[in-house]
Amino acid sequence: MKNVRNVAVTLAIFAGSLGAWEAIVRAFAIPIFILPPPSQVALALYRGFASGLYLDHLGYTLLETLLGFIVGSLLGFFLGTAVAMNRWVEFFLYPYIVMFQSLPKVALAPLIVVWFGLGLTSKVINAALVAFFPLLVNTMVGLKSADEDRVSLMRSLAASDGQIFWMLRLPNALPFVMAGLDVAMIFALIGAIVAEFVGAQRGLGMLIQSMNFNMDVSGQFSILLILSFVGLVLNRGIMLIRKRVMFWDPSEKPAIETSPEEAVPAAGRAVATPAKERI
Amino acid sequence: MAVATEAITVRHLSKTYATRDGAVAALERATFSVGEGEFVAVVGPSGCGKSTLLKILAGILASSSGEALLRGTLIAGPRRDIGVVFQSPVLFPWRTVLDNVLLPVDVQRLGRRPHEQVGVDLLALVGLKGFERKYPWELSGGMQQRVAITRALVHDPAMLLMDEPFGALDAMTREHMNLELQRIWLERRKTVLFITHSIPEAVFLADRVLVMTARPGRLLDDVRVDLARPRPLDVMNTPEFGAHVRHIRHLFNVQGRIDA
Ligand SMILES: Nc1ncnc2c1ncn2[C@@H]1O[C@H](COP(=O)(O)OP(=O)(O)OP(=O)(O)O)[C@@H](O)[C@H]1O
Ligand SMILES: [Mg+2]
Repeated sequence: MKNVRNVAVTLAIFAGSLGAWEAIVRAFAIPIFILPPPSQVALALYRGFASGLYLDHLGYTLLETLLGFIVGSLLGFFLGTAVAMNRWVEFFLYPYIVMFQSLPKVALAPLIVVWFGLGLTSKVINAALVAFFPLLVNTMVGLKSADEDRVSLMRSLAASDGQIFWMLRLPNALPFVMAGLDVAMIFALIGAIVAEFVGAQRGLGMLIQSMNFNMDVSGQFSILLILSFVGLVLNRGIMLIRKRVMFWDPSEKPAIETSPEEAVPAAGRAVATPAKERI
Repeated sequence: MAVATEAITVRHLSKTYATRDGAVAALERATFSVGEGEFVAVVGPSGCGKSTLLKILAGILASSSGEALLRGTLIAGPRRDIGVVFQSPVLFPWRTVLDNVLLPVDVQRLGRRPHEQVGVDLLALVGLKGFERKYPWELSGGMQQRVAITRALVHDPAMLLMDEPFGALDAMTREHMNLELQRIWLERRKTVLFITHSIPEAVFLADRVLVMTARPGRLLDDVRVDLARPRPLDVMNTPEFGAHVRHIRHLFNVQGRIDA
């Protein structure tokens, strides 16, 4: 019953704010190229999908984002592993990593478009570039954060370095890696859109840019709506993967089963404190 | 010299840590031995090098000088015939209780098949029947520590090294665990080196109590406890028990350090 009421209230608030928005735009006669009423945005959304225009561009942007995400995360994961596990790699690479980390990666987008053209490649590279660092940093931190006592235990069992990696460090790093993936997914979308802004023939970012030139503000709003929905879906996707990969994590289980007295922190929870990231 | 029956032999063992503020002597010329199947407790003030000693015996820390032998051979690294229990349970949250218990089997590639039943039986022995498929966070602190003990036993090591295994438990659970450990030891007769802060716990469990001085740890006394086994908790109220505890506490007081 409570749930039904909550949903009803949420819907009412949503409808109310849309109505208020519509009313304000009409009452003050705000020009449509400044702030369109929701009805116009809805119309733009409908037309865009009905004509197949949006789906085409959406598909393209999704492709860029996902490819960039996969390439960037894989590279970030493997390089992070190399840095965490090898003193020499760390010694030689770390200065560059620190340098690049403080650089706003999206500022590279114009260069990348110049180097790799207006097509798919430049978008994937730009998306990969911003998705790369969250994975790199989180993998590094995760692999290095294995509890000293657990390492001692493994060594007391005469475990090899390889076994310590596979049986302890890697599973220990998973919460961090998942947190990195979470960030990387959204970063990849941002990277793809920014690269499209700079120069592209297809994609939602390119569409926003051209609508901006035509003062089609309703259209831009409708695309922003799509983008936030896409972001939401991608995020859900990562969360689903996280649930499967980190099946043991108590925070993934329904809370009813443990009372506070039963919850024992010491051996239990893998708490990831992901490193702060910038785009 | 009965080397063959000595499970642990330690001669003039010293350990000095190099730190930023110079060298820290943690252990100084410790000499003692533990016979096969004997239960020996080590008590000493905090920071006197007990954990250091245990890490050296476990083969995960190199000594600075002196020698340490397990069953007649110099310790040159971790060995497969010892089980170690640390102060905290040190369980892996992504492994079930049974999988945690089978960690030594996995690491040493002893074959899961034959050992799965061993693990299940051992869990039953420590009162954790039916918890095989649970995850560590579903267990209480005392239960987790029992899992850790089971894990140390699963590959049937000849020797157990325990570093304040019950230090984090409340008094009631601790007494219960002491009884269980005694029962397991009576059943399996392993050599046990048991480190503790608690003098009564040491006297209750051990055949011999090694008393260490404050840092750098040296051996102060070697107290033989001849109380009949199995010892019930009530034994703590007997005059003999009290005499042992008083004697050991007196040694600390003379040292100017009370730690139990
Ligand atoms: N890795 C290390 N580096 C430097 N000094 C250390 C290190 N480990 C221990 N020490 C020092 O060596 C001394 C003995 O430490 P150890 O952990 O063996 O003590 P302990 O007897 O186990 O103490 P407690 O009863 O509190 O566990 C301490 O003074 C400690 O500061
Ligand atoms: Mg200690």
